[in-house]
Amino acid sequence: MKKFRLRKKHLLYIPLVFLAIIWLLPLYVMVVTGFKGFEEISLKTMWNLPASIQFDNYLEAFGKLAPNLWNSINMVIPAAIISSILGSLNGYLLSKWKFKGSDIIFPLILFGMFIPYQAILIPLVQFMKAVDLYGGLPGLVLTHVIYGIPITTLTFRNYYASISNELLEAASVDGSSMLRTYWSILLPISIPSFAVVLIWQFTQAWNDFLFAVVVTKPEFWPITVALNNMAGSQIIAWNVQMAGAFITALPTLLLYLFLGRYFLRGMMAGALKE
Amino acid sequence: MHNRRDKWLSFLLVSPSIIAVAIFVYGFIGWTIRVSLSGWKGLMPDYTFVGLKNYATLLNDPRFQIDIRNTLIFTAVFLVGAVLLGLALAIMLDQGLKGEAFFRGIFLFPMAISYIVTGVVWRWLMNPAMGSRLSGFNLLFKSLGLDFLVNTWHTTPYWGIAFLAIPAIWQLSGYTMAMYLAGLRAIPDQLREAARVDGASEWQIMRYIILPLLTPVTLSAVIIIGHMSLKVFDLIVAVAGKQLPLDVPAIYMWQATFDGNFYGLGAAIGVFLLISVAILIIPYIRFTLRSEENS
Repeated sequence: MKKFRLRKKHLLYIPLVFLAIIWLLPLYVMVVTGFKGFEEISLKTMWNLPASIQFDNYLEAFGKLAPNLWNSINMVIPAAIISSILGSLNGYLLSKWKFKGSDIIFPLILFGMFIPYQAILIPLVQFMKAVDLYGGLPGLVLTHVIYGIPITTLTFRNYYASISNELLEAASVDGSSMLRTYWSILLPISIPSFAVVLIWQFTQAWNDFLFAVVVTKPEFWPITVALNNMAGSQIIAWNVQMAGAFITALPTLLLYLFLGRYFLRGMMAGALKE
Repeated sequence: MHNRRDKWLSFLLVSPSIIAVAIFVYGFIGWTIRVSLSGWKGLMPDYTFVGLKNYATLLNDPRFQIDIRNTLIFTAVFLVGAVLLGLALAIMLDQGLKGEAFFRGIFLFPMAISYIVTGVVWRWLMNPAMGSRLSGFNLLFKSLGLDFLVNTWHTTPYWGIAFLAIPAIWQLSGYTMAMYLAGLRAIPDQLREAARVDGASEWQIMRYIILPLLTPVTLSAVIIIGHMSLKVFDLIVAVAGKQLPLDVPAIYMWQATFDGNFYGLGAAIGVFLLISVAILIIPYIRFTLRSEENS
């Protein structure tokens, strides 16, 4: 079949390369600045390559952000894992074991992933204070898990809905119970969906700022809040801020680099597209 | 196979999530509405009913009028930029070029990073300093001989907020590109072939066949980007801090509530945001689920 659709399609490389360069410029500045020595950090030379590779900026930024990096790791891992387990169970039941009202409940759950969180922040803080979870990481994990329910449920529901009922009916005839079918048939084939949801929830929780700044105290701030604070400070030089930004971005960038396929599917689920 | 007992068990197992969403989404929304109808000022909760007073205050509040104006400008630039660029990128990448995956990877990577990271980097790229302190993109423009592009970015009076949509476009055009690419891949090649046989030019095929078939994707992209735009908060805070000329409802809500302790007013802004998002999103969810049923 004739695959090309435009004549002289190689001309398209001109705009594509141009745009790709623009897209990479912020990344370039962020990385390059981090490697410059303190003596060449003038804003006037920000586009130049470093004269020599030094780690001063990364070391200083890391020194300042390390406790927050640790907070982020401690918060994100349980948040992503619990979210995925809940989403998988919900998705299975809402697609294969519909009960009365489940078709009404599902869109109501979905709406939760689009709401502006400003509409729930005041009660959230009051609630966290009332149950004594305000300020620390468990409260933030709980927040991410609960507001993650819509998208994790959706991703798994769509996946399980695509699996033929005959497979499950066969298991049912053999006397397999609802949960046993889930455990022995569906769970083993859901690994790709788990990858999608784990990566998506990891990224969402890692990149979050609003929830963290509302429900955690400074000593439990994740890295995004600490980075923003660092950037707002007049004392910390811009080159250290850039290095800090790169340290903050690195974990999710690596996930994207190596598992981009799964990341993309999470993104599409966020727009209710598969 | 679906007997009564299993249906009950199913409901029982989903119920913790249902209860959590019922409380944390709908219960909290109700609670916020109640706060928005109260005179709560200060650190101690105070649910004294004051009717729509907070909403009336907002309507006459010059700061809120700035917020609405800023949101409209930001949304217009962000939407047009992200949708057109996403469409253009998708069409170019759908031509079967070598290195397609490589380019796709580049345009999508900003989606993986935090708005805070984007903001911190772009605040230096959009440095508005002039003269000998020129830096960031301005410096780049000058050294490339593109002096006419040197500008004051988000510190430009009145239109400053429009420049803040640039990093947002950078971050999200990959998203719209991916949506359009999925849309393009769903169009059968036979349609194009048939049109070619009928003597249609490539441009006509694009204009009269491909673009009309992409209308649902455009609608989705507009709704998704539009609702993100209404909620914008992190990015603006990270680039510019919280300053009045670049204020948006989400930042005002924050400052009214957590800096100023005007909880009633803050809640009213939260409800306003919720309603504006709901107007876009509820029909979208209904439409998506219905077309899913039909397919």
